[in-house]
Amino acid sequence: MARHRNVRGYNYDEDFEEDDVYGQSVEDDYCISPSTAAQFIYSRRDNPPFAETEEYGYKDTEHSNYSVSSHQLTEVEKVQLDSCLDHMRELLGESVPEKVMVEAVLNSKFDVQQALDSVLAQLSKQDTKIKNEDTVISGKATKGKNRDSQTTRIESDVVPKVTKMTVSGKKQSTGFEVPGVNAEENGHNALTPQKGISAGDGSANLGITEVPSKPALSSQTVQALEEQTSAPTPMKKSGKAKQQIDVKAELEKRQGGKHWLNLVVIGHVDAGKSTLMGHLLYLLGNVNKRTMHKYEQESKKAGKASFAYAWVLDETGEERERGVTMDVGMTKFETQTKVITLMDAPGHKDFIPNMITGAAQADVAILVVDASRGEFEAGFETGGQTREHGLLVRSLGVTQLAVAVNKMDQVNWKQERFLEIVVKLGQFLKQAGFKESDVAYIPTSGLGGENLVTRSQSSELTKWYEGKCLLEQIDSFKPPQRSVDKPFRLCVSDVFKDQGSGFCVTGKIEAGYVQVGDRLLAMPPNETCTVKGIALHDEPVDWAAAGDHISLTLTGMDIIKIKVGCVFCCPKEPIKVCMRFRARLLIFNIEIPITKGFPVLLHYQTVSEPATIRRLLSVLHKSTGEVTKKKPKCLVKGQNALIELETQRPIALELYKDFKELGRFMLRYSGSTIAAGVVTEIKE
Amino acid sequence: MLVPPVPPFKNGLFCFVTESWAIAPTHAPYLDLCVCVGGGLTFPISSPIPYFGEETSRSTCRGVHFCFGRSVGEARMKLVRKDIEKDNAGQVTLIPEEAEDMWHAYNLLQVGDSLRASTFRKVQTESSTGSVGSNRIRTTLTLCVETIDFDSQACQLRVKGTNIQENEYVKMGAYHTIELEPNRQFTLAKKQWDSVMLDRIEQACDPGWSADVAAVVMQEGLAHVCLVTPSMTLTRAKIEVNIPRKRRGNCSQHDRALERFYEQVMQAIQRHISFDVVKCVLVASPGFVREQFCDYMFQQAVKTDNKLLLENRSKFLQVHASSGHKYALKEALCDPAVTSRLADTKAAGEVKALDDFYKMLQHEPDRAFYGLKHVEKANEAMAIDTLLISDELFRHQDVATRSRYVKLVDSVRENMGTVRFFSSLHVSGEQLGQLTGVAAILRFPVAELSDQEDESSSEED
Repeated sequence: MARHRNVRGYNYDEDFEEDDVYGQSVEDDYCISPSTAAQFIYSRRDNPPFAETEEYGYKDTEHSNYSVSSHQLTEVEKVQLDSCLDHMRELLGESVPEKVMVEAVLNSKFDVQQALDSVLAQLSKQDTKIKNEDTVISGKATKGKNRDSQTTRIESDVVPKVTKMTVSGKKQSTGFEVPGVNAEENGHNALTPQKGISAGDGSANLGITEVPSKPALSSQTVQALEEQTSAPTPMKKSGKAKQQIDVKAELEKRQGGKHWLNLVVIGHVDAGKSTLMGHLLYLLGNVNKRTMHKYEQESKKAGKASFAYAWVLDETGEERERGVTMDVGMTKFETQTKVITLMDAPGHKDFIPNMITGAAQADVAILVVDASRGEFEAGFETGGQTREHGLLVRSLGVTQLAVAVNKMDQVNWKQERFLEIVVKLGQFLKQAGFKESDVAYIPTSGLGGENLVTRSQSSELTKWYEGKCLLEQIDSFKPPQRSVDKPFRLCVSDVFKDQGSGFCVTGKIEAGYVQVGDRLLAMPPNETCTVKGIALHDEPVDWAAAGDHISLTLTGMDIIKIKVGCVFCCPKEPIKVCMRFRARLLIFNIEIPITKGFPVLLHYQTVSEPATIRRLLSVLHKSTGEVTKKKPKCLVKGQNALIELETQRPIALELYKDFKELGRFMLRYSGSTIAAGVVTEIKE
Repeated sequence: MLVPPVPPFKNGLFCFVTESWAIAPTHAPYLDLCVCVGGGLTFPISSPIPYFGEETSRSTCRGVHFCFGRSVGEARMKLVRKDIEKDNAGQVTLIPEEAEDMWHAYNLLQVGDSLRASTFRKVQTESSTGSVGSNRIRTTLTLCVETIDFDSQACQLRVKGTNIQENEYVKMGAYHTIELEPNRQFTLAKKQWDSVMLDRIEQACDPGWSADVAAVVMQEGLAHVCLVTPSMTLTRAKIEVNIPRKRRGNCSQHDRALERFYEQVMQAIQRHISFDVVKCVLVASPGFVREQFCDYMFQQAVKTDNKLLLENRSKFLQVHASSGHKYALKEALCDPAVTSRLADTKAAGEVKALDDFYKMLQHEPDRAFYGLKHVEKANEAMAIDTLLISDELFRHQDVATRSRYVKLVDSVRENMGTVRFFSSLHVSGEQLGQLTGVAAILRFPVAELSDQEDESSSEED
């Protein structure tokens, strides 16, 4: 950059002059690409609404250039310079650009006092200039105090409107970044002539002053405000921290004390998952009587009267006709303390891929088992889905589980049967890695609606069961930690066209947050687009954060480039894309051993991609993780191993240690799940 | 006079029969099938057909008519001449007839061989006046092979090399690329014919009955339309459609997209599967997709009065597969319903052999070896019962490496073991290729080697 060279061939005597040139117009002297600017926009920004003010970008680059340039000095000089700068910063705060300070220090040959003097003198000189400018722009009285009060006003309640107006004033002011900073400094000076007072104090003072509201503000003032508020903390962090607090606070507000929870319902085919949840929804009033009546009539006509409640969630003709859930049905309901996003997973063996996409998005699960004789056993044996589903959800990160022992009415609510199932399941679930304290067992009847929303009155049950009903259990799930402060990630589970321009994608936000107007990067296609709208359970919202199931309306991208399984992420910290990666596997109960070259289906979040096991690196000890054998010939059931996988197409992945939610995957082979794994290393 | 419907043969000829005898075409000895067109019967001709001479009179025809021919799926490479000396040098002359024959030819060719075949050459002629003209001339060239290129989709084989025999149009040493053409003979000379090569020729010319199978492997939003021949699995079409999920209160997008998807698959079937050739069409999928699809397809066929589909309705066979990805074809091929209907296709046999290997690996790991070094070791102990080997390994251009594999094969045979060659174009062959390309099921347990697998893994890096 041109600036850079200037610094190299420094002629210290000309400093003042040059700075003046700076002060007036350096608009086109150097250029920064929009992307660089975008990169730095965040750094100084305190409040999201100011994102548009581009000046900050410039300033920061300037800033860093300077620190780089100081490397031209000898070691001794550098140290001297640093100590001087520290000293000056203490007095002036961050408000004076480092550049100015460095220049002053160099000028005064590392004499702090002299440097300070020169800086302040320079500031006051420019102040007058700025004042004049300001008068022209705003046409208002421009006393330092007045301006300060404006500043505080913005500080106290920042409204996007203000920003927009400031942007309009930008034209005149882009060139004035340094004076802009100075202007604010001047404000201080006017208030507190002594140089001993720090900027931090100044802003604290300002905070108290009363505010006359003024719609039109010069960008300089806004800028000044920015400078001030960011003064005490290192810039980058302060910018971010502020925004997060914002979202978190908003999150609190939105929830109004209610936690949002993603719940998946799993279990063997025909255990009664859809009926149980359908009935629950009906009892909660989420399905109106008329619709329910219609379903009853229609299902009776179709000769499947018992499926009426399941029809609430099974909506496609195919599902209703066959009486089998095929794809995850999604809906929402509220409990006393929670808002639940319900996902009704299919239980049929062939639809496990669909079930995985549902379970990958869930925080907690309800495992439904059929209590009737033979049915429970069928589901629980190898080949039944009770085991596979249980292992799957655990491997996908679900730790809390409610077991609904369903169809209890068919065994006359017998306690022995209940206990038998509890014991059998308990053993298995413990092996699968569920803590006993995190698993609850509830006897229910989905069709009869017993013990769903209210505790059962039936004497057959109450004489031995005093625990919670299903709804109470759902209510008592512990809300999970959401990684709101991590960079944004959303795995696409569905792509469709909606009315209007653009198209929609749905998915659960795994980390971070998103606002309308944000630019997002889609991986693997590696293209950016803009968020036009966000809908949370079909209601438009302005923002959404980790854990929410949303649908995004996007523009600026072609719909054919987006497939189920793409990941939308924040362009600054994109997700990694690869075809080869290493992973640690836990091998399930498999019939044939896994060797090199094994073709598998990789289920990761919402993707299912064919992949090949390229190398078996080592077998690990189950609990200690030590390598017990290198380069094994094959892997058999129950082993823990390190392997290398290659997919046919690039997929977006994260390391398990960085993003727990996004580092997990499952491997399937000819219709059964053979292993669960976590990503340990991404190869490129 | 009845005109017979579209014959199921490529080069079949019709003749008309009385009640007891038929008039066979003049070159009947080449033909090996007889179909009763009216009754739908097919039977192979076991004994050579006597020569009946020219068709006598059409008026002799009464009722039923037969047709003779070679079934296309079973068209075989013709071996015209084989001159191989005692020292194994020599040449063979072959006529490829089918796409699959090209694949066999590809496996026979090696760098350094000489190939003689008819080809086109653009020749510049300069007349005495100095004007220059250029002509495409068909000529027969003999090349010393330098590069071999096989396009598995179009099944074309291109061989590049230098001219080694004087020719009117082409100078010695000039480069030329021959594209082998079906039904035109070529001669291949090698300094060394090994047993694997000779096997390959035998296999290629073996007139044994085998079927061409088409398969549609599908799941919601993804379908592969494949053609399975004895030694190749060709993906003819891959259809990938985004299908929106069902959403609360709105399933129409889902249903519409699904219908569009089925429509595309149906189009692909009509475009890529020739029902004259294909004996059976497998429709494999998880869940209800296959049923739904077949229902849709035949409903559409009835609506649009699509005779082709309706007539071949009985050829469609629904089987289960766990997904719509290509490797799920393996599951479909070893489904009992398929194997019983298709007798023993080579593809299914390969799948089974590989399965056996994995089963052995599970139950008695000491009796299942893979990796060249391990297998060689087992062979030294004369322990190999079945050797599974990918034909990819024999395309290795390094003579030493190749002869190592050949030696292994010969030695296994000597020891009364069976050798199964896997085609690298089949799904199971692909998998074996990933598994170092060579595996063996042993007769008795052999202690495992100490960790010497570095060779196979270094190959991979």
